[in-house]
Amino acid sequence: MSNIFTSSIGKKLMMSLAGLFLLAFLLLHLAINITLILYKDTETFNRAATFMGTNPVIKVMEVILFGGFLLHMVYGAVLQVGNLMARPKGYKKANYSQTSFFSKYMLHTALIITIFLVLHLFDFWVKNKFLGSVHEITYADGETYHNLGALVLERFKIGWVVVVYVVLLLGLGFHLHHGFQSAFQTLGINHKSYTPVIKTLGVLYSVVVTTGYISIPVYIYFFK
Amino acid sequence: MSLLRYRSEIIKFKEMNFTLKIWRQENARAKGRFETYQLQDISPDCSFLEMLDILNQQLIDKFEKPVCFDHDCREGICGACGLYINGRPHGPDKGITTCQLHMRKFKDGDTIVVEPWRAKPFPVIKDLVVDRSAFDKIIQAGGFISVNTGGVPDANTIPVPRKNADIAMDAAACIGCGACVAACKNASAMLFVAAKVSQFAMLPQGQVEAKERVLKMVQKMDELGFGNCTNTGACEAECPKEISLSHIARMNREYFSATFNA
Repeated sequence: MSNIFTSSIGKKLMMSLAGLFLLAFLLLHLAINITLILYKDTETFNRAATFMGTNPVIKVMEVILFGGFLLHMVYGAVLQVGNLMARPKGYKKANYSQTSFFSKYMLHTALIITIFLVLHLFDFWVKNKFLGSVHEITYADGETYHNLGALVLERFKIGWVVVVYVVLLLGLGFHLHHGFQSAFQTLGINHKSYTPVIKTLGVLYSVVVTTGYISIPVYIYFFK
Repeated sequence: MSLLRYRSEIIKFKEMNFTLKIWRQENARAKGRFETYQLQDISPDCSFLEMLDILNQQLIDKFEKPVCFDHDCREGICGACGLYINGRPHGPDKGITTCQLHMRKFKDGDTIVVEPWRAKPFPVIKDLVVDRSAFDKIIQAGGFISVNTGGVPDANTIPVPRKNADIAMDAAACIGCGACVAACKNASAMLFVAAKVSQFAMLPQGQVEAKERVLKMVQKMDELGFGNCTNTGACEAECPKEISLSHIARMNREYFSATFNA
């Protein structure tokens, strides 16, 4: 059993399971964020964000989520080091075999996502949790919520912040494009009929999620 | 014009000229460098290895050392030849070995860069020849069935579904040339190992040692320092026998099953 943490296929299994978990998280995160542009005010978003920040089950899930990110990144780095060591001397002529384009740049897009993660966490999560940048707001029902929505609107009114978000989110989209179908292949799910469906779903997922996330800062900048 | 002369005019091919940039390395410890050679009047119907033979003859005539390269059957079944030509293992064509590549696939005046397979477990021995015994070690770790063959068994004593036999046969088409490792951006040998695991996994004879086999072969592959598969598919695109990525998925399933059902 211990070989599952140390062998090449075992490490890939860890990567793919953590990756699939992160794919599910991205959908949930998008579902909450998209309320910022679907509703006129930020009330729905603030209620959802406060629930996510205070609910005990979600708090446990938050730890698991950080664990998932860490697992995916650490195993990714370990596998990458192994890959670099496997070819100490490269080719003079770059390889141009017929392969899926985005799969060649998973490391590059992973670095883009890491940069995004640091910026994004500092922008909202750290400011909300530790810096006290988020004020409270009381709605008609008398309940008090964190007004995270106000901070988001404020940030996305700054042009360069929107541009940085859009560029970095495109990196995420490219990563998801290959990552989705790759996770299934690693799990051993490869079938003449179902694999094309999984690949199409992967393209749909990456396009929908990326467009969804990008639309939030862009919409706020121009229309809010 | 006589008919004979007319025919000879038609079939007269246009000879081609090439600039070759070839990796030269004295021995395993030497540093190595690219040497440039000009080659004239090459027939488009010449195979790539025949073109190298012509080059070598010219080098020998000039009392220079010929270029070393691996070759054996020259009909695409032995897996001995394998050169990284202009950024692709086995050169610019699909489903072929280097010996099946013809010069008509290039344009007259082309510069052709010829390199050896590059991977830590495939060290260069001399010029374009690499040591591929790492593949033998993986096979020795578990790529076999331990039964005494005895006499020839009657046909159909062990029923095998046609579909499984076809899949096993497709996997067994692997000639172990190493193009998958050479093409992979991570120098991973997973397509090779997957093909060898698959060919037994699909047949009843392979079931007895199935669990042990996949665990030992993957362990050996990791030990030898091959990279990790990122499902890019360069191996499948360059494999001369067009072994499918689905075999890697099957190997992963076999591996998980062997690990969790131990």
